[in-house]
Amino acid sequence: MAQVSIRKVVKAYEGGVQAVKGIDLEIADHEFVVLVGPSGCGKSTTLRMIAGLEEITSGEIAIGGMVVNDIPPRDRDIAMVFQNYALYPHMSVYDNMAFGLTLRKFPKDEIKRRVENAARILDITPLLDRKPKALSGGQRQRVAMGRAIVRDPKVFLFDEPLSNLDAKLRVQMRTEIKKVHQTVKTTTVYVTHDQVEAMTLADRVVVMNHGVIEQVGPPQELYHSPNTRFVAGFIGSPAMNFIPARMENGSGALRLNLPNGIVLPVPAERTARYGAMAGKEVLFGIRPEHLTEPKNLDRQNIAVFELTPEVIEPMGMETLLHLWMQGHEVCSRIDPTTPAEPGRPMQVAADLNHMHIIDPESGRVL
Amino acid sequence: MSATTASRDAPGIYHKAGSLRSERRWALWTAYASLIVAAIIMLAPPVYMFLTSIKTSAEIADLGGNPWIVRSPTLENYRALLSSPMFMGFFWNSVKVTLLVVAVSMVISVLAAFALARMRFWGSQWLATGVFLTYLVPDTLLFIPLYQIVGSLGLLNSTWGLVLVYPTLTVPFCTWIMIGYFASIPKELDEAALIDGANWMQMLVRIFIPVALPGIIAATIFAFTVSWAAFVYPTAFITTPSEMPLTIGVVSQLIRGDTFAWGQLMAGALLAALPPVIVYVFLMDYYIAGLTAGATKG
Ligand SMILES: Nc1ncnc2c1ncn2[C@@H]1O[C@H](COP(=O)(O)OP(=O)(O)O)[C@@H](O)[C@H]1O
Ligand SMILES: [Mg+2]
Repeated sequence: MAQVSIRKVVKAYEGGVQAVKGIDLEIADHEFVVLVGPSGCGKSTTLRMIAGLEEITSGEIAIGGMVVNDIPPRDRDIAMVFQNYALYPHMSVYDNMAFGLTLRKFPKDEIKRRVENAARILDITPLLDRKPKALSGGQRQRVAMGRAIVRDPKVFLFDEPLSNLDAKLRVQMRTEIKKVHQTVKTTTVYVTHDQVEAMTLADRVVVMNHGVIEQVGPPQELYHSPNTRFVAGFIGSPAMNFIPARMENGSGALRLNLPNGIVLPVPAERTARYGAMAGKEVLFGIRPEHLTEPKNLDRQNIAVFELTPEVIEPMGMETLLHLWMQGHEVCSRIDPTTPAEPGRPMQVAADLNHMHIIDPESGRVL
Repeated sequence: MSATTASRDAPGIYHKAGSLRSERRWALWTAYASLIVAAIIMLAPPVYMFLTSIKTSAEIADLGGNPWIVRSPTLENYRALLSSPMFMGFFWNSVKVTLLVVAVSMVISVLAAFALARMRFWGSQWLATGVFLTYLVPDTLLFIPLYQIVGSLGLLNSTWGLVLVYPTLTVPFCTWIMIGYFASIPKELDEAALIDGANWMQMLVRIFIPVALPGIIAATIFAFTVSWAAFVYPTAFITTPSEMPLTIGVVSQLIRGDTFAWGQLMAGALLAALPPVIVYVFLMDYYIAGLTAGATKG
């Protein structure tokens, strides 16, 4: 039983930097929550306040229903995995994992049982006698996770644990972390700047920017219904296209005037939603996969227009087109079998069932 | 046969390898030559000391003949010293003072360095700089005020007085060395230990001291050398022969007015130099092992 509650938490460092500006977050028992955001947005600071490594300037944090503001890290019953692993260099893998239990005066055979169990989960049993310097990056990462698992804490905290690994190993360890969580089910708070990592691992993703939480939600929800322009642009790769446009009211239906003289009819069911923006400049947001070659044209709300691709990037299972609309680069994802040539105009279809309209002043997605 | 084929096929490579080899040979030659010159300069005094220590007084006083050649070697000087209760007394005084000073210095400087490197508190930066600055004050300047202090404590003419004042020489520098080693330990290591449940003392003993072992050994060697070889302070504070350490004991008791017992003086100096040499040889192995272990940590 360990939910984590973050209530109105502020962190101001000496020198006046406000790294976290009053955030609220409820993390349920067994949940895997990922804090994601660009570098310097306050993710690590938040995690370190949960760990007790940074003091909380104001607000409170509770773990398992108990406010921990004044409780030192060792009594919070948490375990943390660091980006640089932070293994004790003079101890064997076994001793690294056993250290926390030894300090807590666990009986020897219980320590042995737990370390061997964790080693089995992580597949590092043959490495138990080695020193950290004789391990590869991926193996060190496993040991660091083992050190957290043996403690059987209330909460796991991860701070960019995969950032020091090469791309292939990163994907492999990502799966590993998810597997371990499905086995031990410990409540987990995971920090990363990589939105793919966030999407693949999280039950719920917390997007942070400039010390505030932009949006919290399951990966799919963040992807399909972002609340702000920041979230819309941060989640998803290649990123969502933002095209400046003008919303116009024409005899009861809304129209969107894009550059290049393209006019898109706003779906009727969205008229009420966007009505307030009539006559104003807006940002039209659409993901590359919703801007494709004309297909499924029998569906409603598909608008077809002509654009000229400048750069074509075949990715294998798909092809990316970079098109220009009066100085605005727009990315489109098409089927690799669709013929496309740089400089040759082609038909492009926008699926307006997945369009977003952003108020450029507030940055909110309407 | 194959060599001629090879040189016809790739003369460039052979030429290059040859020039590399000759370059390397030249580098080795200069290295050896300068090392030999340095070794001669460094070793001449101790060798001459050794030669003098195995001569009889008559032979030392004899101005004829080559002084580098010993005509009738004798161990009489060593026998006389080692069977003299006074010399053995000097020796034990030195051992006692040095062991105590090393212990006191290391305990103080490890604790101080840990606090200064890791526990951020008000003024810790200034304190760290201050510690180093005190090392820059020469002991020849300090011995007059220290004389008063030691005197007012009633510890003049006592080895305990030396145990009290030597750390003023050793602690600042040892602390400085240890601050450097502790500061190089990544911050995450203490944070991991903190989360694992360690208190400050456990963190120091179970993590910092083992990880910074090369630094501890370097500081120990320094403290040992300083207190074994200290000369100014014992000269100032000790006049009773029974309380003298080796450094001043040998000099003050083997020089009587104008009479220099050269043979015994040299034998005494060599015997006095022996413990540091042994300590260096013994600890250097650990020291270098520690350094290379750190280098390959990655
Ligand atoms: N110890 C510190 N002292 C002062 N400012 C800090 C400290 N640690 C982090 N910061 C600042 O707080 C902000 C958030 O940092 P951090 O939480 O590490 O960001 P993230 O982990 O999201 O990249 C940054 O602007 C950073 O410069
Ligand atoms: Mg960070």
